[in-house]
Amino acid sequence: MLPRSQSYLIAVLVLAFGASLFSRSYNPYFLDIALTCGINITLAVSLNLINGYTGQFSLGHAGFMALGAYAAALLTTNFGGTLLPLVGGQTWILFPLALYVGGLVAALAGLLVGAPSLRLKGDYLAIVTLGFGEIIRVLLQNIDAVGGPRGLIGIPDYTTLFWAFGLAAITIYTVWALVNSTYGRGFIAVSDDEVAAEAMGINTTRYKIMAFVVGAFFAGLAGGIYAHFKQYIAPQGFGFDKSIEIVVMVILGGMGNNVGVIIAAVLLTVLTEMLRKFGDYRMILYSLLIIVLMITRPQGLFTWTGKRKTT
Amino acid sequence: MEFLQQLINGLSLGAIYALIALGYTMVYGVLRFINFAHSEVFMVGAFAGYYLGRRLPGASFGGGLLVLLVAMVVCAVLGVVIEKLAYRPLRGRSTLTVLITAIGVSLLLQNAGQLIFGANPKSFPQLFPQQNFTTAGGLVVSSGQIAVFVVTVVLLFALHYIVMKTRIGTAMRALSFNPTAASLVGINNDLVISFTFALGSSLAAAGGILYAMNYPSIDPLMGTLPGMKAFVAAVLGGIGNIPGAALGGVLLGLIETLVVALGGSTYRDAVAFAVLILILLFRPAGLLGKFQTEKV
Repeated sequence: MLPRSQSYLIAVLVLAFGASLFSRSYNPYFLDIALTCGINITLAVSLNLINGYTGQFSLGHAGFMALGAYAAALLTTNFGGTLLPLVGGQTWILFPLALYVGGLVAALAGLLVGAPSLRLKGDYLAIVTLGFGEIIRVLLQNIDAVGGPRGLIGIPDYTTLFWAFGLAAITIYTVWALVNSTYGRGFIAVSDDEVAAEAMGINTTRYKIMAFVVGAFFAGLAGGIYAHFKQYIAPQGFGFDKSIEIVVMVILGGMGNNVGVIIAAVLLTVLTEMLRKFGDYRMILYSLLIIVLMITRPQGLFTWTGKRKTT
Repeated sequence: MEFLQQLINGLSLGAIYALIALGYTMVYGVLRFINFAHSEVFMVGAFAGYYLGRRLPGASFGGGLLVLLVAMVVCAVLGVVIEKLAYRPLRGRSTLTVLITAIGVSLLLQNAGQLIFGANPKSFPQLFPQQNFTTAGGLVVSSGQIAVFVVTVVLLFALHYIVMKTRIGTAMRALSFNPTAASLVGINNDLVISFTFALGSSLAAAGGILYAMNYPSIDPLMGTLPGMKAFVAAVLGGIGNIPGAALGGVLLGLIETLVVALGGSTYRDAVAFAVLILILLFRPAGLLGKFQTEKV
């Protein structure tokens, strides 16, 4: 008999697979929103591991997403012709491999950025990660092999409900399992009181880097899913705004509260669609929401218990 | 000669960064947080200059100075209002809460700006008489660049006087040294913080107008990049350190112009962040900052 959490994971995977079999018969507009929800859940939960559980403020999540998206898209688009026969022409083997490579590239970048900058605290780290996101964007704009400012086009349409929600489920499970392990105690200790954690013999830098790398890995995977869903990616799509969007999901849901963050990710995705008719006012509402929320409910909308520290 | 020309261009860019960086550094000095909305105050300053400047009959020194002063007052008020509404309720909360709020304020100003001012770039009116001076060696200095140098130097001296010689400046320094002790000796901390925001915001407004004069089109998102670079300048000089911010600004302007001159113009926006990462790695306290050990 499997532990309960693992049976949940498998149940969700089976459900997502079942749902994806009928994707032709769904309304394409709703299917679109559903896929975006899945991607956003992955992004928000992976950022929650860094920002929420470990208490390190990262503003560069879109940068990791961009790396994963570009790496995976390059593999399936530019090298798909040579790689596909190697796996017997089966896209369901090639796609996860490409995603995985994208995740690894993002994780490697996470390690490279995290190792030096995670010695910094709070607001400095925010600025460094923000700067990193911008550097990624500028680099992608300058590399002609990936289309430069024009972006990459003609990415095959591999993303289905199964991939989007399967990945979301795996991300949630991994973050949940990680937080409830010995490592997780370390993450939470770092976020609660870094000095005290260090005094207890926890190598805080190591835990921070680990959270950062795992978060970056899943952001990279989400990027790959996104690329094969939109079939077009451009550097501008992975700017500061995208990072902020993910951060808002985490804040709204409550840092270090996975259930809240998932609700917030779905809510904000749907809300964004519904507010589309207000156009210019959407971002004003968005920013007012952040300010009011921080002043009145810094623990997030969906955190009711006072157990965990809220910042 | 080419090098000297780039030096002049770099210095005028760096002077603008220095003006913005001072606002970051002063707010950090008294409140220990990064005021993300500062770059948007810079943008509002440029737009205040735009709307005021269009009402001037023509470019003149008196009119240009008047526009500059009024825009500085407008932004000083804006800075005080932002502090009062968004940051004061959060006094004493954790840095992250304030930081996120600051990002929210910044987004709000950007989007309100797009709604009110319009998202399209606008060409900035001429405030000062435009003329290019060519020296004997073939160096070209525009009147806009001269305005940047003169205004920046005057403002720096004024700031130095305020911070070092006046009562409120002494109070600012006391507050940044130790807030609790400052209030114990009868300093009204809230008043001093408001004053700091006013001072920093008015410098940002001056920076905004000078920037707009030399890069003649403005839009509501113009503040983000110069703002972030000015922040890097503040960190480069040592955040919380006023001469450091000025030095960091000038250095960063020079480095950026140098990279562009060497043919890396498409990478100019990444340079500042590379500098930031290097400085945080090797000298996190900044060039002029003192390293402080953390007390528990």
